[in-house]
Amino acid sequence: MTTDASRGAEAPPDLVQLLTPEGERVEHPDYDIDLTPEEVRSLYRDLVLVRRIDLEAVALQRQGELGIWASLLGQEAAQIGSGRALTDADMAFPTYREHGVAWCRDVDPVKLLGLFRGVNHGGWDPKEHNFHLYTIVIGSQTLHAVGYAMGIQRDDANAATIVYFGDGATSQGDVNESFIWASVFNAPIVFFCQNNQWAISEPLERQTRIPLYRRASGFGFPGIRVDGNDVFACLAVTRKALEAARTGQGPTLVEAFTYRMGAHTTTDDPTRYRVASELEAWKLKDPIERVKAYLFKNEHADQEFFDSVAAEADQLGADLRRRCLALPDPGPLAIFDHVYSEPHALMEQERAQFAAYLEGFQA
Amino acid sequence: MTTMSLSKALNEGMRKAMEDDPKVLIMGEDVGKLGGVFRVTDGLQKDFGEDRVIDTPLAESGIIGTAIGLALRGYRPVCEIQFDGFVFPAADQIITQLAKMPMRSLGAIKLPVVVRIPCGGGIGAVEHHSESPEAYFTHTAGLRVVACSNPADAYTMIQQAIRSDDPVIFFEPKRRYWEKADVDTSSADWWTPLHAARTVRQGSDVTLLAYGPMVKTCLEAAAAAAEDGRSLEVIDLRSLNPLDEPAVMDSVRRTGRAVIVHEAPVNSGFGAELAARITERCFYHLEAPVLRAGGFSTPYPPSKLEEHYLPDLDRVLDAVDRTFGY
Repeated sequence: MTTDASRGAEAPPDLVQLLTPEGERVEHPDYDIDLTPEEVRSLYRDLVLVRRIDLEAVALQRQGELGIWASLLGQEAAQIGSGRALTDADMAFPTYREHGVAWCRDVDPVKLLGLFRGVNHGGWDPKEHNFHLYTIVIGSQTLHAVGYAMGIQRDDANAATIVYFGDGATSQGDVNESFIWASVFNAPIVFFCQNNQWAISEPLERQTRIPLYRRASGFGFPGIRVDGNDVFACLAVTRKALEAARTGQGPTLVEAFTYRMGAHTTTDDPTRYRVASELEAWKLKDPIERVKAYLFKNEHADQEFFDSVAAEADQLGADLRRRCLALPDPGPLAIFDHVYSEPHALMEQERAQFAAYLEGFQA
Repeated sequence: MTTMSLSKALNEGMRKAMEDDPKVLIMGEDVGKLGGVFRVTDGLQKDFGEDRVIDTPLAESGIIGTAIGLALRGYRPVCEIQFDGFVFPAADQIITQLAKMPMRSLGAIKLPVVVRIPCGGGIGAVEHHSESPEAYFTHTAGLRVVACSNPADAYTMIQQAIRSDDPVIFFEPKRRYWEKADVDTSSADWWTPLHAARTVRQGSDVTLLAYGPMVKTCLEAAAAAAEDGRSLEVIDLRSLNPLDEPAVMDSVRRTGRAVIVHEAPVNSGFGAELAARITERCFYHLEAPVLRAGGFSTPYPPSKLEEHYLPDLDRVLDAVDRTFGY
């Protein structure tokens, strides 16, 4: 095994791309998208705002306000493109890094922080947003998503499920089981793999010998590799895959070829295992810069627009910070809340004992 | 009143649950056409269709993981794990996802999933087919753990488990599948609550505490002891988590002696938790330490040795005798 210092510097084969890193629109025989200038400006705004949310969260962790944070830096286009392809009726199952998809599902960003601040394990109602809780154990949610998709089938509903996971997760048994389940039951699901090249310190070569999208053929459904830094292509490819799922054509694996620009989490130090030139090469493919270039070149936006989005981002960041600091710590008896949905004698017993113990300090 | 086997009682209970609620699904390996390797789901796919009685791929983590997803969509899946020793590939989905997701959601999510596990030995099976893994699950907060011991309970408890909004690990004593008894399928008036223990024989000298396959063994031991003039009370715990503490403690306070009987290894078995609780609650009533009769703290042996491994009438009576040695 060698470490390829130029990893990803060249475009890999079979890559669906509709917008080059330089902001040029390109055609693709199977995928196209017709976006109004307004829609492109809206995508640009999404990309900038979620990057700002992420930046603020990293800063909050550095200042001790969050225990940890998993940055999405570099993966904004994959998340916004796929997230904006969803209809309200579709259901999304994230990992713990899908802050951009959460944004598309109208989950208040401050609710994402609860998990990382340690005030709860997940602070939103999945049914309200059709956006499941973050799942930290790698790959487990792929099975939940397939089961949910089987429920959609039984309900005969016009909806699909999308499940997010990374390149590392493709080695998990659960992910492979979920491929089998989805395939044999023809479940309405899109497997959206953000291949960000790194599973903490382990490069893609430690997970696979073949391109990930080609795994799908062994399970009997289509696999597509899309430029994960191209929001147009991610939107187009995901839309088509979701529509196929909704119309009874079964699952699709989408490999969004992207790059984790930051550390795995705020506790990680990527300088120990990857070379700086790799990051530099990927910076040239930044998912936001290419949309900005496209808007500029085509005169779909002026400086005033970019300034207003930047100002909105700053406002969002400041607001997020203020509300993070205001998140109340849970009371000690919250330990016993929601462990069971129905009354449970042991919970009531231990809650009462602990309450009495705590009251002993009040006297 | 109908006479039926424990296996048939489970089948009838699931059939009733499926008739009562269209969201109830059965899923597992070979549960459809074959009706399960123990025939517990016999005929259900024929009557309810392949969408409700689902023959799954051969992957236990997949069964539980997709059941969670179906529950998130509003269904009530009843999963069959074919044998006790095959539950471990699903352990992550059960322990990390099924048990914890409702709490992680601050109560927004309910996961009414039943995991049926044929458990215990005594059928001459090859390895991994005779285990008693209940303590792994009673140790996991968020799960309810129950065990039926007779056809009447099998019929009611499976329906109660399916109606529960919490995940339930449902142990079935496989060596008792074919034993028959009367079951009243006409009304729910007589049903014991799912988490209540039941005194199945009254006595005054020693309390025997058992569940699942060992209840019958304890009843036989109590009958034999009666011939020697000893009066043993037998309690069928039925639910391990939550535990019906008042039923257990009331009995032990009266008898002053307790013997816990289970097939699982004694070391760190469910009996350890039970003994600790009895000691804490009944300390001044005890005439002897709480004793345990269980499997040895070894892997389950080859079937030629299982009669030595499993607690039987004599091992139970030996423990009873020892409680009088203090």
